[in-house]
Amino acid sequence: MLTFVARRIATIVPTLVFVSMLIFGLQQLLPGDPAKVLAGEEQDPAVIAHLRATMHLDKPLPIRYLYWMRGVLHGDLGESQRSQQPVTTLIAEKLPVTLELACLAIIIALAIGIPAGVVAAVKRGSAWDYGASVFALWGLSTPNFWLGIMLILLFSVTLGWLPASGYVSPFENLRENLAAMIMPAFVLGNAIAAVLMRHTRSAMLQVLSQEYVRTARAKGVSERAVILQHALRNALIPIITLGALEFGTLLSGAVLTEQVFTIPGFGKLIVDAVFNRDYAVVQGVVLVTATAYIVLNFAADVAYAFVNPRIRLR
Amino acid sequence: MSRPLRAALVAAWVALVPALSIAQTLHIGLAEDPDVLDPTLARTFVGRVVFAAMCDKLFDIDAKLAIVPQLATGYQWSADGKALTITLRPGVKFHDGETMDAAAVKYSIERHKTMPGSNRRGELAPVSKVEVVSPLTVRLDLSAPFSPLLAQLADRAGMIVAPKAAQQEGDKFGNHPVCAGPFRFVERVPQDRIVLERFPDYWDKAAIHFDRIVYTPIPDASVRLANLRSGQLDLIERVAPSDMPQIARDPKLRTSKITEIGYQGITINVGKSDLAKQNPLGRDPRVREAFELSLDRQGIVQVAMDGEADPGNQWVAQSSPFYAKNVPMPARNLARAKALLAEAGVPHPSFTLMTATTADAQRIAQVVQAMAKEAGFDVKIQSTEFATSLNLADKGQFDAYVLAWSGRADPDGNIFSFDACKQPLNYAGYCNAEVDDLLKRARTAPDVPTRAKLYSEVAAIVLKDRPIIYLYHRHWLYAYTSRLTGLRSIPDGLIRVQGLHFE
Amino acid sequence: MTGAAADRLVAETGVPGLAGVPAPVALTGRTHWLKRLLRRPAAVVALVVIAGFVVTAVFAPWIAPQDPLAASFSEVRKPPSAAHWFGTDEIGRDIASRVVFGARASLLAGVVSVLISLAIGVPAGLLAGYAGGAIDMLLSRLTDALLACPFLILAIALSAFLGPSLTNAMIAIGISATPAFVRLARGTTLAVKAEDFVLAARAIGNAPWRIALRHVLPNIVPPLLVQATLAIAAAVIAEASLSFLGLGQQPPQPSWGSMLNTAKDYLDNAPWMALWPGLSIFLLVLSFNLVGDGLRDALDPREA
Repeated sequence: MLTFVARRIATIVPTLVFVSMLIFGLQQLLPGDPAKVLAGEEQDPAVIAHLRATMHLDKPLPIRYLYWMRGVLHGDLGESQRSQQPVTTLIAEKLPVTLELACLAIIIALAIGIPAGVVAAVKRGSAWDYGASVFALWGLSTPNFWLGIMLILLFSVTLGWLPASGYVSPFENLRENLAAMIMPAFVLGNAIAAVLMRHTRSAMLQVLSQEYVRTARAKGVSERAVILQHALRNALIPIITLGALEFGTLLSGAVLTEQVFTIPGFGKLIVDAVFNRDYAVVQGVVLVTATAYIVLNFAADVAYAFVNPRIRLR
Repeated sequence: MSRPLRAALVAAWVALVPALSIAQTLHIGLAEDPDVLDPTLARTFVGRVVFAAMCDKLFDIDAKLAIVPQLATGYQWSADGKALTITLRPGVKFHDGETMDAAAVKYSIERHKTMPGSNRRGELAPVSKVEVVSPLTVRLDLSAPFSPLLAQLADRAGMIVAPKAAQQEGDKFGNHPVCAGPFRFVERVPQDRIVLERFPDYWDKAAIHFDRIVYTPIPDASVRLANLRSGQLDLIERVAPSDMPQIARDPKLRTSKITEIGYQGITINVGKSDLAKQNPLGRDPRVREAFELSLDRQGIVQVAMDGEADPGNQWVAQSSPFYAKNVPMPARNLARAKALLAEAGVPHPSFTLMTATTADAQRIAQVVQAMAKEAGFDVKIQSTEFATSLNLADKGQFDAYVLAWSGRADPDGNIFSFDACKQPLNYAGYCNAEVDDLLKRARTAPDVPTRAKLYSEVAAIVLKDRPIIYLYHRHWLYAYTSRLTGLRSIPDGLIRVQGLHFE
Repeated sequence: MTGAAADRLVAETGVPGLAGVPAPVALTGRTHWLKRLLRRPAAVVALVVIAGFVVTAVFAPWIAPQDPLAASFSEVRKPPSAAHWFGTDEIGRDIASRVVFGARASLLAGVVSVLISLAIGVPAGLLAGYAGGAIDMLLSRLTDALLACPFLILAIALSAFLGPSLTNAMIAIGISATPAFVRLARGTTLAVKAEDFVLAARAIGNAPWRIALRHVLPNIVPPLLVQATLAIAAAVIAEASLSFLGLGQQPPQPSWGSMLNTAKDYLDNAPWMALWPGLSIFLLVLSFNLVGDGLRDALDPREA
């Protein structure tokens, strides 16, 4: 087990280095001079020169990369040129918001996806199967920004039940926080529900064909108990580990959802930063995200290997 | 209930009600998130909206763009126009309790001029020295007369910051600004909200009727409006023109509009790079004239802005005293346009129109493309992201560029940087010695009639050369709850909080 | 795929979901899965819908009632009528015609992006899986790095880098989706590599590239086909998303995504502007998803 874990960890470092180089390079290759973008309407040449100096834009690319990496290793991700705040502060402020949105979205996705997948697997091939598929699939088929706007029109403008946008911290007012988050979480969770439904369905199908399920049925256990207690419980592990890997999808979806619902989270932060050429923010956010994703991946692998000894022996 | 008990309860209620009265908060929806809240470093329009409530300035402007006192009570130009003496208002305090006096004004103006990265340097360039004449009088010495100075002092360059706080914080002042406006800074969460609370020692406190203001940036206009309708916001700026009719039908909402001091136009590369010589549009003024004549400004306003703009052909609106009456707005004339193109020998000129990816710019470009086609132009729309377009414009890598300018109270701010040789915003690459001379003289002339005459001479030349074709002046559109009154519409588009209150 | 093989595949590729991937099918099995696919009504309907969209896209100039670029300033934002079946847009163009021509952009965006991903991803994955060793290490770490960046962020950054246009959006989406195909190709290659017929071919002494192309490649096609179909669906949505942010197909050329982007400002006073492109995206994407799911089931040897 330990060698497996060690080998897995050994792959993380080079991956992270590649990520840092990738995102740094991509940012710096973007056309447009960030100093000019940040210089404001009047485009005062003195201001532009000052900004270029502050951002080390006159130095060659590898040097700028090293400057940045040195900062990263000291825990300093640089400063947002636009708002003059340290990137770490921005991340600390925005990450919990997106995390809350993501968690709510996953809960909704689980609530929709798993039952749909179970039904589809158990009643495979029937109208229930197709119905469940379509039901979960419509979330993947509709652009989430589109769905978001439709929901705002319905629930905020027409019915007035929910706020159209904005964010209230759950520590300030839990009820308002949930009222503001329910629509975006639903929009985001919809897409993941489809994926979870597929995973559940295939995992359940695999489990239902196993020996011990047949044994349970032969013993006279009720069908309901077979499905829920024996099959589902065993199918849950791959489902959950897969769910963890949807983190990347969640973040992509969060970008647009946060834009539509004006939630001050990660997604919005990074989109604005790309358009404003706020290099430090984009680099810092992607590095953090990538690290989280890789760590989650790693945790999922370890969990899977822990459960399934055959993997470990490799 | 016994009488004494009832009386006691009533008395208690009466005594408690003021204590129980809920703090009045005004929720304002902004179209963008402001940048750094430091008047010296600030660079966006939307930041000025927040400053309007937080940082008072020496002067302000009214609906007619006339200079009115704010932190200053009066001014006096010297006879030669090279010194401006300003008398300050007594009894003004900064948010941290410091007193505003001539020393503070000197400090602020010097900070605007000398701090590295300051965006106010160009605005205060002619100011060579700031002298403290007396605790409430300050004199600005200029290297040359400069009429736009008062208008500059009615904007960020005239915002006075608390010296001790500014000295302590240095360039981090924007994280916790301390000024002399009606509201003081409480907190800011980027892209989420900016919270200000009432400053009890404000010099004009009778005009302030709110305890808090919360600014929420919401870039999407329909979401902004949805928030207003659902009651989460009380006032929004930059309403989408297409939403105005339905807001008008809503009894719970009101709208307000005023024409801006800026303009929307198309900048043409006439000399910024070699591309200008290669394209007939940049090379031949007749082709540019034909292009202008192929456009129906009223039609563009109708389709692209839903009527929420005033057609215009100059850098100031038709109602401005500086509008050159000698060059009136031409009507669409397809016949003459085609004749001009034939004369120039290019019946079907083709050029690329660089357009931002915003919805307005795209609409304008498409309408212009369709209209110009009827005169024989083949306009190719090149959608370019903002950051990239700045670069391309700077290098002259474009034929024509859809570009708007937010406008300055003084007409010099709308033309000098664009049409004078080698100025930073002169993307057209236009350079005419006579125009340069006229513009410089218009800056130093002291009174409106003289300056207006000079600008009309500028117009006669520049509107014939057409480095920029001005299309229209947009309307600033506001929507707010019907409970709110006292909103003053000023052409600079800022939301002034003095006099605003709930009914 | 069962037991040890599935577990190994999962461990190698780090994609547990592959356990549900169908086992490599010998070439003679190909006709069977197509028949199985066509026996499922949902997949058949979906295929018909897709075919309908393809026909619309190819024959757009003949199907569209009017010129999609013809602006009419007197007909701005008019509701559906006899003259304009789907109504008009913000500068008076016929929406029905724009929806018809928009099928081209959306289908192109979907298909070309995935073709790019396949063209880069499959050879890379095949190489990594078959060659192993240092090449595999390098490619895998690179793929992991790309996968770790959120897909949309990568696409946005690439689009910004290349400039907003449909072509660049396709390239950006294609590149962003490549890592998933590399992973999949590598994983299935690893599984197939251990199968008997490949071992036999190696024993006879066939050159590696010959084995890779003749024996391995055809057998990794089925799961790639499933993934590609599902990826087309995701790519169409990605194009709409990029257009929503101002990157992607630029006006005046119609694309459903950019039509939605413009329509969102007029939801209250001209909802028809958004209805038809939104519906079209939904139908097309749903169809691709259903076909992809159907393919996966049809290729599953457990199916009767």
